[in-house]
Amino acid sequence: MGPTGAGRPLFRERYPLSTFTADASAALPGPAWLRARRVEAYERFAAAPLPTEAEEIWRYSRIGALDLDAFAPVTGDDGPVPEGVPDELVPLLRATGEHSAMVLVRNGRIALAHLDPALAARGVYVGSLADAPDGADLLGSVAGPVDAFVSLSTAFVSEGLLVRVPRGVVVPHPVVLLHWVDVPGAALFPRLVVQAGESSQVTVLDHIGSPAGVAVFVAPVVELDVADNANAGYLAIQELGRDAWQIGYHASRVGADATLTSSIVALGGSYARVRTDSELAGRGGTSNLLAAYFGDGEQMHDFRTLQDHAAPRTTSKLLFKGAVEDESHAVYSGLIRVRKGAAGTDAAQTNRNLVLDAGARADSVPNLEIEENDVRCTHASAVGPVDEDQRYYLEARGVPPEVAERLIVLGFFDDVIAHRSAPVPALRPLLRAAVAAKLGRDARAVPPGGGGPGGRLSGDE
Amino acid sequence: MSTLEIRDLRAGIGGKEILRGVDLTVASGEVHAVMGPNGSGKSTLAHVLMGRAEYEVTGGSVTIDGVELLGLPTWKRAHAGLFLAMQYPIEVPGVALDEALRESFAASGRDAGEVGDLLVKEAARVGLDPELLSRAINVEFSGGEKKASETVQLAVIRPRFAVLDEIDSGLDLDLLRAVSRRVEAQTSEDALGVLAITHYNRLLHELRPDTVHVLVKGRIVTSGGPDLPEELERTGYAAYGEDDAPATSAPGRAAADDPFA
Repeated sequence: MGPTGAGRPLFRERYPLSTFTADASAALPGPAWLRARRVEAYERFAAAPLPTEAEEIWRYSRIGALDLDAFAPVTGDDGPVPEGVPDELVPLLRATGEHSAMVLVRNGRIALAHLDPALAARGVYVGSLADAPDGADLLGSVAGPVDAFVSLSTAFVSEGLLVRVPRGVVVPHPVVLLHWVDVPGAALFPRLVVQAGESSQVTVLDHIGSPAGVAVFVAPVVELDVADNANAGYLAIQELGRDAWQIGYHASRVGADATLTSSIVALGGSYARVRTDSELAGRGGTSNLLAAYFGDGEQMHDFRTLQDHAAPRTTSKLLFKGAVEDESHAVYSGLIRVRKGAAGTDAAQTNRNLVLDAGARADSVPNLEIEENDVRCTHASAVGPVDEDQRYYLEARGVPPEVAERLIVLGFFDDVIAHRSAPVPALRPLLRAAVAAKLGRDARAVPPGGGGPGGRLSGDE
Repeated sequence: MSTLEIRDLRAGIGGKEILRGVDLTVASGEVHAVMGPNGSGKSTLAHVLMGRAEYEVTGGSVTIDGVELLGLPTWKRAHAGLFLAMQYPIEVPGVALDEALRESFAASGRDAGEVGDLLVKEAARVGLDPELLSRAINVEFSGGEKKASETVQLAVIRPRFAVLDEIDSGLDLDLLRAVSRRVEAQTSEDALGVLAITHYNRLLHELRPDTVHVLVKGRIVTSGGPDLPEELERTGYAAYGEDDAPATSAPGRAAADDPFA
């Protein structure tokens, strides 16, 4: 019953049309290779039960509370895709400044796409993954089916996005990708493949957002392939509404003498999880992994990381910093794996959490798995309240306690947001303001369906 | 003309009484020094005046012009006109000095827009690298830079009374002179009242006190004029039941960053 043509997807059915059935997956439009991949992924998804909290990698999560049947994949065509940038995203776009490319995806469909023609002429591609001639080789080339949600994501992936930078090309400004989801009950499966060619340079800003009061489920999969000697930056900003669920997977492969700097800023969502796997595949490669997350109300932010050293003389530096207030909960669990042969590995893993209220909770679980001798691995983890001495010092200078707390929390996140290699430095003031807006905000005071998710990026600074 | 009045102040930590009835009166423009052996309660006095949470006040009063400070939170004591230059200034990662002082000015109804220029001007007066003004407070500062920064903040905030808790530790002689001169100018030009807590006489050579008090076992046991420190140096605290003596060189605790050690 689905369309058969390749190329641009044709949406034949109206949403919401189905739950996660084999038929629904098979009915999605797209080129033959993509449809075949969906069927294959669906079989994998259907063959295994959903994970439970009994599995270590899902421990502390809210996976048991997920009701997938409450959501349905958006496959229908409810008329033309609105082309404008949603008002909520305008401050972000403005603060980003100049960009080399911009794609707006609304409810899984590309609504706007722009690429600097000079870069297009040099072979840079920013657009639909389904339309790419070698899309079949790229989908899943970095992100393996590590869990049921990656399989589910592939089984229901829409057209996906591809950012490809050929060898030696420097993309001067950020590639801005905006995902906006506002269909109640929608399940969305954004897919991004970034191919940074040998000795190329590119920075990708990947934003996902949804309005408050709209229940959505998103399972984004990001595949970052950083070829030898390339330098890639990736900034993911998650500003989903408070009724949104996210189970995401970021996979990267870093080649010889290449550098990836990836940063996540997670402020929204009800339950929002990202698993980050970074494979250091080539000698001398470096992966800098950063994250800042801030929960309030009953939010839960859940991060699992793997720094996978598979080649000699590789470096990975991980710094994940979180804050929890009200009754929110944060989980960090990370593993440094040094494989046999990855001699000279230099790996660091740091997770620090600020617990701002008695009802809030943060769990931090660092792990090491080392199969090689000549390595340097450090890990540090901390969970605790705002430092009383720091607050006292500021108060002794006449700073009121709630202001002192705001300054200290902002300072805490500056290690990530203002990190010297943080992608898209122009966004620093906006991200700081978004963090500040979360502070002391009483989640219960927001009327049902009113207001934005705490800390939405808005206003100027 | 203002008066800082400390009456029968009793305080301790963890159930142990450290201050056992301290009486002191400092008027605008006066410099008082508090000396005493290790463990006599000098630093406790400084933090109790500023309202540090871990100390319990068990009696007495501290007023500025009749306004009781002991019931106030720390930041309101600051707005009431009290400043504490800390012996060990605390590192505040990610918070810059100019940012903090702008918030302090805003909270007291002063023009936060003046903070930047004031800081730069005052940093120049004590030779503090202006770069440090917009860097995280005390993080990776040398011992001398920390104390210079305390002095700069004192000058910018312009309180009525300042407690200087061993502001001389960690300073080389040049910086000690610069800091002392700046504080002295503030006492004469701005009528700042000073309570200088010190273990060393060398501060008192620079910052000539009007009155010197000796604190032993939580009480002021004697008070005298500017000659008292010299006398103590000869006789020690033995007359007061202690065999310690004021240090002419730095004690072990500050040895790491004190060039006189």
